[in-house]
Amino acid sequence: MAYVAVRGGAEAIEASLEHLQYERVKRGAHISVHTLQSTMRGFLDQVMSESSLYSERLASLAMKQSEGNAEEAVFLLRAHRSTLPRMYYSTVTNAREMFVLRRISASFKDIPGGQILGASHDYLHRLLDFDLLEETVADVELKKAAFEQINKPEESNLALEQLPKVMDYLRDEGLIRKFSLNNQEPKDVTKQALTFPTNRSQRLQTLTRGQTGTITSLGYAGLRGYGASHPNVGEVRVGWQPIYVALEDDDMDPYYIGAIKLTEVESFIPVDVDDDGQQVLEFDVGYGACFGQNETKAIAMSIVDHALEVGGDSPIHDEEFVLLHVDMIESTGFISHLKMPHYVTFQAKLEQMRSIKKEGNQ
Amino acid sequence: MSAVPFALLDEQSKREIRRAILKGIAIPGYQVPFASRELPIARGWGTGGLQVTLALIGKNDVLKVIDQGSDDSVNAVNIKKLVTKTTGVQTTTRTQDATLVQSRHRIPEVPLRADQVLVLQVPEPEPLRDIERSEFKTKRYHAEKEYSGAYLMLFEQIMRYNQTSQGADYPVLVNGRYVMNPSPIPRFDNPKIHQSDALILFGAGREKKIYAVPPYTNVESLAFEDYPFVVEQFEGKVCRETGLSDVFLDELTDEVTGETYYVCNDTSYMQEILQQKVAAK
Repeated sequence: MAYVAVRGGAEAIEASLEHLQYERVKRGAHISVHTLQSTMRGFLDQVMSESSLYSERLASLAMKQSEGNAEEAVFLLRAHRSTLPRMYYSTVTNAREMFVLRRISASFKDIPGGQILGASHDYLHRLLDFDLLEETVADVELKKAAFEQINKPEESNLALEQLPKVMDYLRDEGLIRKFSLNNQEPKDVTKQALTFPTNRSQRLQTLTRGQTGTITSLGYAGLRGYGASHPNVGEVRVGWQPIYVALEDDDMDPYYIGAIKLTEVESFIPVDVDDDGQQVLEFDVGYGACFGQNETKAIAMSIVDHALEVGGDSPIHDEEFVLLHVDMIESTGFISHLKMPHYVTFQAKLEQMRSIKKEGNQ
Repeated sequence: MSAVPFALLDEQSKREIRRAILKGIAIPGYQVPFASRELPIARGWGTGGLQVTLALIGKNDVLKVIDQGSDDSVNAVNIKKLVTKTTGVQTTTRTQDATLVQSRHRIPEVPLRADQVLVLQVPEPEPLRDIERSEFKTKRYHAEKEYSGAYLMLFEQIMRYNQTSQGADYPVLVNGRYVMNPSPIPRFDNPKIHQSDALILFGAGREKKIYAVPPYTNVESLAFEDYPFVVEQFEGKVCRETGLSDVFLDELTDEVTGETYYVCNDTSYMQEILQQKVAAK
């Protein structure tokens, strides 16, 4: 009957939500937010980066609530972000001040300060470790103690703060294309909608909060043939980046509010430069940086950053193509909206198709 | 842990949205960019309209939310639930009783009054996007009032089909200046925007635009002298429940007999007519 079609939506939605709640608990198991926060580093780093919200605790909560669904977890954190007043901006933070956990260069065998491998999946054989199936808390404690007995931070002779940049070496030699310092105030893309053409700060912000898979694919496309050329990874560094906030009308030094884990990448990309009528090769730098340890994303970002900076014909050089499609919330939202009822628009189209058909038959 | 602010968004965000709304009202049909906030409801599910509603709503407002003509559709229910949860305002299904109406893809059949505000959800605010994919260029076309592309699109449809083939979201010229997407309302609803008593606001969350048609503004659907604008024709068809014929109809199939029948798409209006009929008996 007619009423079936028009009423009952609210009840159906409630029932669907109850089903969803049940899915999370139906196997009778429980995991604490603390456990997730202590064991799901990779997932949390990715989610914090895509949601532009640095909180391992809230990211763990989002992970728990969304049953480990990255799309949903990012969604929850972004929505939470919208409820918070934004009181301050940090002062400019410089990755030279990073407390480095890992730092490598693919461009030089030996770099001042040394190659520091830190913790990485790069050297791992990706074989399932079936021992973990039966791992107990006691096993975890044992492995932890064994490592800590050998590796004592206080005994390390590595200088991990104020490490020089690989780029400085090339710059001193005049091999990096010169640009004047850009001290333009960044435009906050979360407070002001993008307008085109964009400036660099808007591009970097949009890329760093972009969906990891999307940024990676675009970077890959640029590398494979839809972009400028093959970059060299000058330096990847991962570590704790100190963040300070300065208050207006306050003579005190900026306040230290904590450190965030950051991945920073500088890629070297050879470009033709006209030097007083003579063609020479110099390096441009592509820049990537994101919350957490997300090295693939940061490297891909450095490729896309450079592609947008120099411009070109293929899609990854087109700022509207790239910047308007990398955001997880926007892409997943619009794709999923196709599941909503569209019967009025469909009826409008249907009526027209019939009318066109009828006219054609006359 | 943290308490959610009244109407969800923090006050600065709401103020910024209101500023965009005011600018939109001052320049009818012009798309005002705004820094759209992420909401607990997905982009593409009415977040533009919802941000407008959240920025405007006060404790004494009475809210009506409709999706495709229905107060009880999934999207309408969800949006209503979020707004009431964060504001505690009253809701209604009766168009006449609402101060604020948020709608997706329909303008109610009951005419709106000057003391009401209609908020329409917009998926694609740019009427020139099918002709030019670059935002940089379409913005320039609007600035130069360069709308030949919009007319050309309709012209090509007429050449091909001897009529336009634009279904819903049929473009309009606002106040003789800006070409605007009226959101995917059926053409049937386009005339309701012209010289409307109520303020009509348009919110596009994903595309980050807000625009407006202030009350008593001229709004003209694009057309040609020899090919005038036409709305959907439901010739000879009437609502099976109410007998109404001057309303937008949904097409349904009777599960028992397999025959096609029609009912009024605006469900709250249909209910009201039915109640009047019962009362008359």
